[in-house]
Amino acid sequence: MHMPAEKIVAQSDLYSMESPTVRTPDENPRPVRVSARNVNVFYGTKQALFDVSIDVPEKAVTAFIGPSGCGKSTFLRCLNRMNDTIEGCRVTGAIALDGSDIYDQALDVVELRARVGMVFQKPNPFPKSIYENVSYGPRIHGLARSRAELDAIVEASLQKAGLWNEVKDRLSEPGTGLSGGQQQRLCIARAIAVSPEVILMDEPCSALDPIATARIEELIDELKQNYTIVIVTHSMQQAARVSQRTAFFHLGILVEEGPTDLIFTSPGEKRTQDYITGRFG
Amino acid sequence: MGEHTVTSFDDELNEIDRLIRDMGDLAGAMVAAATRSLIETDAPLAQRVISDDAVMDARQRELDERAITLIAKRQPMAQDLRSVVGAIRMAADLERIGDLAKNIAKRVNAVGEGATPRKLSHSIEAMAQMVMEQVALVISAYEARNAEGLITLRADDENIDIQYTAVFRELLTYMMEDPRNITGCTHLLFCAKNLERIGDHVTNIAENAYYIATGRQLPLHRPKHDETSVQG
Repeated sequence: MHMPAEKIVAQSDLYSMESPTVRTPDENPRPVRVSARNVNVFYGTKQALFDVSIDVPEKAVTAFIGPSGCGKSTFLRCLNRMNDTIEGCRVTGAIALDGSDIYDQALDVVELRARVGMVFQKPNPFPKSIYENVSYGPRIHGLARSRAELDAIVEASLQKAGLWNEVKDRLSEPGTGLSGGQQQRLCIARAIAVSPEVILMDEPCSALDPIATARIEELIDELKQNYTIVIVTHSMQQAARVSQRTAFFHLGILVEEGPTDLIFTSPGEKRTQDYITGRFG
Repeated sequence: MGEHTVTSFDDELNEIDRLIRDMGDLAGAMVAAATRSLIETDAPLAQRVISDDAVMDARQRELDERAITLIAKRQPMAQDLRSVVGAIRMAADLERIGDLAKNIAKRVNAVGEGATPRKLSHSIEAMAQMVMEQVALVISAYEARNAEGLITLRADDENIDIQYTAVFRELLTYMMEDPRNITGCTHLLFCAKNLERIGDHVTNIAENAYYIATGRQLPLHRPKHDETSVQG
């Protein structure tokens, strides 16, 4: 059923390293886009994450699940250095995007965040027009040389986010005037506009109704053809529906990670099982 | 296993388990009664087996409804999901066991008319005893989530198959000895076949119960010895 151990060892050091995490590889592992090794995060003196090591495969959806305060969002925010903005937050260990260290002093953080885009829990469009919401990123990153090119990026991004048909006749209207689900898709379009490699989503559907949620999930499914997606979600069903791999965090520890199908039908760790079946004390 | 934060979820799962146990008890009782009615040519007892089958069908329908409602309401995961889906499958096997017991009971009158030598039924009786034990054991192993016991049970179906082959040969001998035995022996042969099929359903139940308990599937193939096809 599973891939032979020797093949995995050849692919990744994760399976030979000393770690409390229970890991199951994919049957056909994908290339790794983001890799984290022994990541610790401290908020002042309080340690929020303990030696988290994981590989995030490209062009697939990886879901982080776990109870509130387990560190899943903290870890997500390490992946594009969003934690840098938090006073007193310290990150140790190594995180690499395509093999290069993202905590390198010489690295341009703004550049990093264009490569690793983020979508938040609450849709947060800029208080500007729909057009400007999407064009802002490409403009400041100098991705378009002319108005026509910028128009093309805006249209393509809104298309990919599944929003184009709904907004193409009112691009100059404020983004904040859209419905919640549309605003969230606008934020996804905004993230896509700067051609990221990785898209981080922090509970992107928790403020949306079931129909809007379904549209976002459908969108995630399409986006994974071209992007590496990491999603934090409180909905176990959502993790089961949209992701190919699932990582379960508890009390700052990465307890288990493996193929989603396996995690939700027969997890290897009792804590994972208790959490996903609703037996947590 | 710990309890769910939502306690009514536990109640619903327990209720499904209770129905499986009830169906298992009923299936065992039906096999016992069907065999006795056959051996003793007890028509009223056979009639009771036939009416019990309707009870079995009703239980299965109740279990299906409860299981489907639970899935819709709770969206169970991991071992809960395995329990519910496994219960639906096990109930289908138990219902089939009921049907096969009913088939045995239906032959009681036919066998009685044929004046079959009484000594014939001994080997069938022994076979029925093995089958009944298997039915009872698989339900208790399931309840105890006894994975090892389930593997053994699955392997033990082999003994039923061997016994079936023995019964087959024996009946063949009686038929050759005296052609007047043919009608009765043919009916008994069908009964033996039904018992053998019940054993196969027990095997299915053991496989499902093993999956529920462990999250792993047993290997597909189990050594089989049906020699009836090469004898004759």
